Amino acid sequence: MHELSLAGGIVRLVEDAAERERFSRVRVLHLEAGALAGVEVRALRFALEAITPGTCLEHARIDIDEVPATAWCLGCNLAVPIMSRVDACPECGSVKLQPTGGTELRVVDLLVDDGVPVASSPAALT
Amino acid sequence: MCVVCGCSNAHDHGHEHGHAHVPAQAPHVDATTGDLHYGSGGARVSVPGLSQTRTIKLEADVLGENNRVARRNRAHFFAHGVSALNLVSSPGSGKTTLLCATIEALKRIQPHLPVAVIEGDQQTSMDADRIRATGAPAIQVNTGKGCHLDALMVADAFERLPLHGATPGHVHHHHHGEHGQHHHHHAEKLLFIENVGNLVCPAMWDLGEAAKVAILSVTEGDDKPLKYPDMFAAARLMLVNKIDLLPYVSFDVARCIENARRVNPAIEVIEVSAKTGAGMDTWLGWLMHVEPSSASPHLAGVPSCA
Repeated sequence: MHELSLAGGIVRLVEDAAERERFSRVRVLHLEAGALAGVEVRALRFALEAITPGTCLEHARIDIDEVPATAWCLGCNLAVPIMSRVDACPECGSVKLQPTGGTELRVVDLLVDDGVPVASSPAALT
Repeated sequence: MCVVCGCSNAHDHGHEHGHAHVPAQAPHVDATTGDLHYGSGGARVSVPGLSQTRTIKLEADVLGENNRVARRNRAHFFAHGVSALNLVSSPGSGKTTLLCATIEALKRIQPHLPVAVIEGDQQTSMDADRIRATGAPAIQVNTGKGCHLDALMVADAFERLPLHGATPGHVHHHHHGEHGQHHHHHAEKLLFIENVGNLVCPAMWDLGEAAKVAILSVTEGDDKPLKYPDMFAAARLMLVNKIDLLPYVSFDVARCIENARRVNPAIEVIEVSAKTGAGMDTWLGWLMHVEPSSASPHLAGVPSCA
């Protein structure tokens, strides 16, 4: 269940950004999980829902793009997409593949509300 | 356009740039001209008291902070001449028994080689106690609910070990010139990091080690490298442990190696039994040639062709 640690890392990245960029609330959190990032997306969603209350990510919509990884096929000398480390090359069927990307979990971007801190926003909006 | 503040000036965008980010109600100040831009958010208009919505690009690796600390650890280990090995396996693969046998054997054949251990478990100091009983210094790291060690835990533990700083009794230490400039050809000091027993999560957390060593015992399945490919892809060496039990189990060593090489063509394999000592000489020989690593590991499990 390392997704909880990853969720903690995400909250930290976003809160650092909130301090730097002065926003109070995140409407949409956009993540990208590579196929070889070792991330179980459902578990990550669950972990984020568990730890975001009380942070600027509370009630944020969470979009997670699962993107294929890339590998270099030694059989056909091509960069090919793969979804797991035991996939065969989709072009030639060779299993001699060297993964070259798709190992990262990234925070791509945020849709945020500027301005007034959460605590005072109801008053400010009246 | 600057996607952070919405201004059209092509200013350098490291977030260290001239204009301090200010509360949204205040205008955006152009760093070079001093011009004030109101309404630079998504709504393109400033309404006092009303918040604006905008997009912030982060493009940040969630493990970036861990990886930064891991790089620092790696440089730190290198400067101290320490070869660090991250031992990973399922619970019950015999890691601690193998480690105790390894330390006892090293004491005999390399009595001046400093060896220390960082023990990761969720609870108890039983494993560190077992290591300390061999005479090697050990620090237990309890992760609580955590399923893996991270780079910061290792950094904190390393500072408490005698490998760090002056090593008492260390007589054959090479003289270091500039900190970190020394070129190492063999292990001068060994640090074993016994990770939490778990074949999934520790694969993702770089600790700054020179190499990951995956331990698989023959009482497990020979298909484990395919079931947990990330770990075997990230490991430089697979130790097949408890080979004294091979007559009693249906584990096929050749098939296991074939499966491991399917996910990591460059993985090295040594068969050992911590109980009978079979294969231990090969393992010890491998250990003596692990150089401290100053370079970051190859991309998460892409085998290097060294």
